[in-house]
Amino acid sequence: MHSVWKIICVILLFYTVIAGFLLPVPELPILNETIRNLYFHVTMWFVMITHMVISIVYSIRFLTNSQLRYDMKAEQYSQTGMVFGIAGLITGMIWAKFTWGAFWVNDTKLNGVAAAMLMYAAYFILRNATDDENKRAKLSAVYLVFAFPLMMAFIFILPRMTDSLHPGNGGNPAFGQYDLDNNMRMVFYPAIIAWTLLGLWITSIRIRIKNLWNETNLSE
Amino acid sequence: MERNKLIRIIVLLSVLPSVTFADGVEMADALRSNGKIYVVVAVLCVVLATVLLYLFSIDRKVKKMEEKFKNK
Repeated sequence: MHSVWKIICVILLFYTVIAGFLLPVPELPILNETIRNLYFHVTMWFVMITHMVISIVYSIRFLTNSQLRYDMKAEQYSQTGMVFGIAGLITGMIWAKFTWGAFWVNDTKLNGVAAAMLMYAAYFILRNATDDENKRAKLSAVYLVFAFPLMMAFIFILPRMTDSLHPGNGGNPAFGQYDLDNNMRMVFYPAIIAWTLLGLWITSIRIRIKNLWNETNLSE
Repeated sequence: MERNKLIRIIVLLSVLPSVTFADGVEMADALRSNGKIYVVVAVLCVVLATVLLYLFSIDRKVKKMEEKFKNK
């Protein structure tokens, strides 16, 4: 019965796709039907942030007790988070092209996200910089302890202090009255759960493969 | 019988706009109503089903390997 959450994930994903396209949405100028991207673009970022939070928790746990399996988990979670982050970035660019007029605008939110993703790219490069497992784990965990709060600042704090086109910044309410009515909430919240469960599912498989890999290498 | 009738009425109502505004050849078909959005939904459901079935099969394969390793 341990796979109940996987079935919930499948059901909610189908619900997201079907209800996401068929339920009524607010009729707004410029946005038109693209408001439905809320269920697919915004949720990608939710998955990324969830994974990055889990990753930093495992990094800190590694720093407190030096168990390599925590470092391995931190890496796997941040990798899945990065994949969903890239998906969020690309979907956002397509959405921006048809509502703001360009794939990329010089906006604090967008540039902040780009910087954050580069910091995580540096994290993966740093991991490959040394062959010593313990050294690698310690270095990358310490790096992540610095990078994670910076990412949070770049994505959530700096954009709110200036003007930004992106909803949720510069005085715009994030998921305020004007872009989220009750019909949308009925799809949006299950969509967040569905995509997050999918991400966690993928990461769990990656961790299990990594465990198998480590065990077979040790036994040889 | 009652349910059949209800379904027929719903289908008829959903295709009515395309029938009334088309000039002649538009055939009555539930998948063609509402700007053919149901076609997109159907395609996405198939894509989702494929990817999820694939994920399930990977999951099962990993489980088999885990069991094999435990038995050794």
